Amino acid sequence: MRRFIARNAPGYVFLLPWFIGFFLLALGPILASLYLSFTRYDMVADPRWVGLDNFEYMFTRDRRFWKALEVTFTFVALSVPARLAMALGVAMLLDKGLRTIGLYRAIFYLPSLLGASIAIAILWRQLFTADGVVNQVLAVVGIQGPGWITDPETSLYTLVALAMWQFGSPMLIFLAGLRGIPRDLYEAAEIDGTPRWRRFTRITLPLLAPVIFFNLVLQTIEAFKTFSSAFIISNGTGAPADSLLFYTVYLFNEAFKFFRMGYASALAWVLLVIIAVFTAIAFFTSKYWVHYENDRD
Amino acid sequence: MKTTATDLELALEVDEAARVAHQMRLAREKRDRTARIMKHIFLIIVSCVMLYPLFWLVASSFKPENEIFGNLGLWPSQFNFDNYTKGWNALPKPFTIFYINSAIVTVLSVIGNLISCSFAAYAFARLKFNGRTLFFGLMMMTLMIPYHVVLIPQYVQFLALGWVDTYLPLVVPRFLASDAFFIFLMVQFFRQLPRELDEAAMIDGCSPYKIYWAIILPLSLPAMGTAAIFSLIWVWEDFLAPLIYLNDIKSYTVPLALRLFLDQEGQSAFGQMFAMSVLSLVPVVIFFVLFQKLIVRGIATSGMK
Repeated sequence: MRRFIARNAPGYVFLLPWFIGFFLLALGPILASLYLSFTRYDMVADPRWVGLDNFEYMFTRDRRFWKALEVTFTFVALSVPARLAMALGVAMLLDKGLRTIGLYRAIFYLPSLLGASIAIAILWRQLFTADGVVNQVLAVVGIQGPGWITDPETSLYTLVALAMWQFGSPMLIFLAGLRGIPRDLYEAAEIDGTPRWRRFTRITLPLLAPVIFFNLVLQTIEAFKTFSSAFIISNGTGAPADSLLFYTVYLFNEAFKFFRMGYASALAWVLLVIIAVFTAIAFFTSKYWVHYENDRD
Repeated sequence: MKTTATDLELALEVDEAARVAHQMRLAREKRDRTARIMKHIFLIIVSCVMLYPLFWLVASSFKPENEIFGNLGLWPSQFNFDNYTKGWNALPKPFTIFYINSAIVTVLSVIGNLISCSFAAYAFARLKFNGRTLFFGLMMMTLMIPYHVVLIPQYVQFLALGWVDTYLPLVVPRFLASDAFFIFLMVQFFRQLPRELDEAAMIDGCSPYKIYWAIILPLSLPAMGTAAIFSLIWVWEDFLAPLIYLNDIKSYTVPLALRLFLDQEGQSAFGQMFAMSVLSLVPVVIFFVLFQKLIVRGIATSGMK
């Protein structure tokens, strides 16, 4: 016993703040919200157990829940591939044949740092108004743009554009990955006369697969969690016509505007399950398309 | 004679081959140069598109109200600082208060993150104890959990403690290593430090606590710097947690104050709203310019955000 303590004490001492945080701020709340998801709770009266009522209502009768899912999934499906393609494309341009890339790298990364701020969300709203900058530019080439933000058909694309604008962080990760690909592979392929496209599909893509996988998982999770920009651009409600009703915005309003804490907890758990499923799918399918360097030895 | 002829032919052939090779090299260099110039042109165009919104924001903040919309130009007819002076005091409380509030929350949070996350990272990366793998796995799983899932119980908890409308819900979690991203970042870094350092220090009679303080920390200043800058920027921009926990305008942080401008949009104070938006981004841009290397390396090693 004494030896056990002597061996483990330093580790546990250093881990103490994390332990407290883990139990009080992560594990505890996750279990508590699981419990709350089976209750009706308005923060005035005590939670009242209602069994599966919340989930039954959610899946069978709550139109806004399905709308929020639709909006969020559409956003994820559009923004993640667009952002990753942009990031990989620019990273490949920067990776070869240019001597100085520092300034470009800085310019492309800056939006990723600023993009989550309220100031940028405010700016984005104004860029896409009927007489905003985007329509001015379109007018120059003779296109009459819609009122992007106020039109339910187009409002989601403004957020996809904002997500694409922030391609800098996956780009940096791709750059680090590209650096790890041995140059002589490309040189050998070039001498053999392999066309550029095949060099991309046969060398770059397979060797970059672990990095692509990593970026894909992370960006998908990030996209599901999008909140601040959607909240600001939709005036906190998901307007117009619920076209910007991101899942997190819906959850926030159920909890902190209408104080339906039980129902909001149920929504939160569904979100957790969705993210867990996506992560699990990525990990289980990864063995078919991700080959790590040392696998082949 | 014959041999000389073949020698001559051979010499000519070699000469010819060298000439062709030289031409090919020239053509190749020319092609490479053209490709490089095309790349630069393309990248410059992309850079301009990326930066244009930011420049437009800055330009609009100096323009009189009637020049902001319907105008793509970046040069105001006259530079007008009114938006800044008026915007600073446009809300029920001056921005001085919001900046002080944001600074308090940010500084305390950064300190909290550095202390608690480096503790946890040191334990995970350098110490042996029972359950380390399990706890490390749990820590990594918390990276995936959306804040919205823990939000409601946390709110109930903090409300019961009487912490709502104080900075405690924003700051205390950071002293409890709630941001697993920074633990992960530091673990990656600590693991790269040579083991022999700890072993030598241990033989000299150093305790693990002393090793953390006297060896690991001083060697990890780059990682600590990266973590400090990231947490500074993220806390500065944080919106959701302040939105939930701060109700009194006296305790608002800068992002919450900016949002107030949107509520009074009818009064068309776009110039002032833009001016204050620009000011809120200034600290982030300054830190980015100063510490760009640390930030870029931090992302490359941790591979996140």
